[in-house]
Amino acid sequence: MFNIFNLALRNLRRYMRRTLLTSTLITLGVVAVLLFISIAGSFKNMMIGQVTDSMLGHMQIHKKGYMASMDSLPLDKNMKGKQLQKVTDELDQNSNIEAYSMRIKLGAMFSNYKETTNIRLNAVNPEQELKTVPMLAKRIIEGKKEGLIAKGEILVPELIAKGMKVTIGDSIVLVATNKDGSVNALPFVVRGILEGISGPGGRDGVIHINDAKNLLRIDDNGVSEIAIRLKNIQTMESDFAGLKQNLGSLKNKMDKPVFEIHTWEKLSPFFNIARMIDLMTLFIKVMLVAIVLVSIMNVMIMAVYERINEIGTIAAIGTVPSKILSLFVVEGFLLGCFGTFIGVIISLISIAAMNVSKISFDFGRQKGLLLSPTIGATEVITISLIVIGISVLASLQPAWKAARMDPITALRHV
Amino acid sequence: MPVVEAKQLEKTYIAGDIAVKAIQGVSFTIEQASFVSFVGPSGSGKSTLLNMIGCLDPPTKGSLQVMGKDITILTRKQAAIFRGKHIGFVFQDFNLIPVLTVFENIEYPLLMVQNWPKKKRTEQVNNLLKAVGMADQGHKFPSQISGGQKQRVAVARALVTNASLVLADEPTANLDRTTANNIIELMKNMRDEFGTSFIFSTHDPKIMNNAETIFTLEDGQLLNNGGGNHV
Repeated sequence: MFNIFNLALRNLRRYMRRTLLTSTLITLGVVAVLLFISIAGSFKNMMIGQVTDSMLGHMQIHKKGYMASMDSLPLDKNMKGKQLQKVTDELDQNSNIEAYSMRIKLGAMFSNYKETTNIRLNAVNPEQELKTVPMLAKRIIEGKKEGLIAKGEILVPELIAKGMKVTIGDSIVLVATNKDGSVNALPFVVRGILEGISGPGGRDGVIHINDAKNLLRIDDNGVSEIAIRLKNIQTMESDFAGLKQNLGSLKNKMDKPVFEIHTWEKLSPFFNIARMIDLMTLFIKVMLVAIVLVSIMNVMIMAVYERINEIGTIAAIGTVPSKILSLFVVEGFLLGCFGTFIGVIISLISIAAMNVSKISFDFGRQKGLLLSPTIGATEVITISLIVIGISVLASLQPAWKAARMDPITALRHV
Repeated sequence: MPVVEAKQLEKTYIAGDIAVKAIQGVSFTIEQASFVSFVGPSGSGKSTLLNMIGCLDPPTKGSLQVMGKDITILTRKQAAIFRGKHIGFVFQDFNLIPVLTVFENIEYPLLMVQNWPKKKRTEQVNNLLKAVGMADQGHKFPSQISGGQKQRVAVARALVTNASLVLADEPTANLDRTTANNIIELMKNMRDEFGTSFIFSTHDPKIMNNAETIFTLEDGQLLNNGGGNHV
């Protein structure tokens, strides 16, 4: 086999310019794909981080039916008592869960004593919330970020703050109706202005969970949702499956499921953008395959055509067809390996250079986000194997043609 | 055992609707260590006959035995293996592999066809290089040597596997007179040294004069039955 490699290598060297041109094409394709994957992947991961770490968490648990009627923020679909205990026991036992935050979600009237408007509120325990969604504090564009929220304070969404002309330190009143139809009102001080983001809850105000209980006159520990932060988002699929099995399978007296569990992917519209990035990555990979296929096939067809007489000679002196086939397939394989190797090296150097040069970009109100492209060994190995595999595949047809060539016809070829 | 034994050999090519009889009812026998030449005008069927003996082209009819084996029934792969083991080829255009050195060109059949061990291979190639007077040229590439030297390398490549039979199609056609004489002399010496049978197809009177047996072909038919050095 070594002899075939040696001979193939020399044949590639014989047509050095063509070999270099083809390898360059493969190299460019590999570099384009690896850089796209690393940059798009970095952007995607950063955006996922923004979405999950500033609002949603990685997963959420609700009482069954809550998500279907989420627009009306129902208070009669809270988890409480044994149900809540069951969930917290499960979450406390799960070593993959870093933190979770219990929330009450409610709708209220927001009054600045002159005007009144509707507001959706997210009532949280600040300590739990900051552990679960650590970037929430960064969404506070005006006001104190430390500690997130205290009793009697409210973080007002940016649009409402502008519309109602309220600023830090202003006093406002929230009026809410509880699940029994009883109305109550409480005064709050504006602690901060909150940046809005897309997705469920992205334009909600924030108050302390105890204030929500007072406002709604809730005397149990009922909560609307539990947001969960995992230690590693990469294990989300398996963690989700585990929770779904342990909690999602629980049934009530009417044999209906008690809880519903969702990953951020089901909750955020950004998931569609993430999927589009994946789709674009796939498209780029397909283009790479096409580039490699066409360039290797072209160069190998040329190689066979130019060496017809030589093929006739080696066939005449006793080289079996399978060995002739191997010779050309190995040439394609080596071309693919060479182009891929150089492409991977250039890509890794470029990725390292981008990380060193600290390229920044803005996303919404968040300025100076650092682009930190990374690429996993799995991706590099997968792309390399695809390119080398396609190189071999593209060589097969010309190699087959060479192996099947009639020695006499080949020897007569000028 | 004769090296080649042909009986009522026929070869017909189909060109469109026309059947062209390239060889018609040819019978002959070639013994071991012979120096045989097939002569005749262009299109007489010399090359076709050599191709059939070399297992490159199966006959349409008749029987053809090479080294006692009926080669008309061989598959493509079996024919390749048979050629690699028993038959050497010398071509008009030398047909050396340009990316291999002189040494490697001679080594090729041992390495890629017969898979000899390295030590034995090197020894055999060096012997052949010495025998064809190219001992100090082994490191050169075909582009760095003359036509005569190329043909010497081709002869060495044909003999390196200890082939019993070497087929040479117009081996001196691209060489000047002196070089052609040297090559013929070399092949005769090889025949004497290794006992290999040489079969040529040629127009070259020099080869004809040196051949011990001459078969004259015309329109695919044998005009004489070998026997002596005459045209």
